[in-house]
Amino acid sequence: MNNWSNFTKGFIKENPVFVLLLGMCPTLGTTTSAINGLGMGLATAFVLVMSNLVISLVKNLIPDKVRIPAFIVIIASFVTVVDLLLAGFLPALHEQLGLFIPLIVVNCIVLGRAEAFASKNNVFSSVIDGLGMGLGFAFALLILGATREILGSGAIFGYKFIGDNDGMLFFVLAPGAFLALGYIIAIINSLRKA
Amino acid sequence: MEYFVIVISAIFVSNIVLAQFLGVCPFLGVSNKISTSVGMTGAVIFVMTLATIVTYLINDLILVPFDITYLKTISYILVIAALVQMVEIILKKVSPSLYQALGVFLPLITTNCAVLGVALLVIQKDFNLMESTVYAIANGIGFGLALVIFAGLREHLDMMNVPKGMKGMPVALITAAILAMAFMGFTGMV
Repeated sequence: MNNWSNFTKGFIKENPVFVLLLGMCPTLGTTTSAINGLGMGLATAFVLVMSNLVISLVKNLIPDKVRIPAFIVIIASFVTVVDLLLAGFLPALHEQLGLFIPLIVVNCIVLGRAEAFASKNNVFSSVIDGLGMGLGFAFALLILGATREILGSGAIFGYKFIGDNDGMLFFVLAPGAFLALGYIIAIINSLRKA
Repeated sequence: MEYFVIVISAIFVSNIVLAQFLGVCPFLGVSNKISTSVGMTGAVIFVMTLATIVTYLINDLILVPFDITYLKTISYILVIAALVQMVEIILKKVSPSLYQALGVFLPLITTNCAVLGVALLVIQKDFNLMESTVYAIANGIGFGLALVIFAGLREHLDMMNVPKGMKGMPVALITAAILAMAFMGFTGMV
């Protein structure tokens, strides 16, 4: 597989959210607005790239039996780095994402890519894979966040465009997340079959 | 009285799956049959309670006194992973029948964000040990309630005539949306 298709597969063909249905908790929990979704997506992408990089470097040093705990420790270290960086430089976003930042550790996408790709491939293609998958995840969260923000509060990236009306609050609340994601996946499914 | 409020709010008002979005992966993944969802619920209640107690003690006795709370994420996930392995080994020896029922679900629980989420939430909410335990059990029950109801709905959904593109996950997500809407009715109860 060449590097370009390795990079782009995360966006459409193997999009972690819309196609593989991985990492549902942060997808639903943090996408109340486009900017929150994007922030969460980029934080996950950073962890994914860095953990893929380190795991592909040390893959030959880790005994096979303890590889999963070793991967988890590597991932958790980078999650702590992201947590501290966000708390230091973007406190408002850190406040919004809250519990979901430490929960990047248990995001199936990160451990899944480590196990399925980085533990078998060389450093360069692992980084490309992490970058593609991470940006694909961020892309999906941005779409869902934008949809919910447009429908729910009549705004995009915080800029209101429908005057004083509030939009449909339903889409900002919990059930709206399930509903919006359900319809987006339905649209993608019917487009793929057509 | 205080415990009553904790229990009601954890199970109904801010249900861990439908209002807080923790543990959505197993919620969507193992909800095809009522019987498997009951097994998963048992395993989650068991591990969640144990994990919360252990991580609470670790936080209180090790992390806070030595001022290394920034190691919380790493230490918690390691403890939970080890705990799940230990529970699996002990159950296999002590109660093979319970192991038969819960065994296949145990490895899945390490990556269940509800377990780590509850362990982190009790620190955030400043609960004491007893309150944390009650909170963990109640959240396990809340998870189970949502999971079993959802599994019951999905069993019927399989027999329905759904439009092509909506088959499978999309229609399940929309069902979950309606279920979450029903749980929103509890808002403001406590």
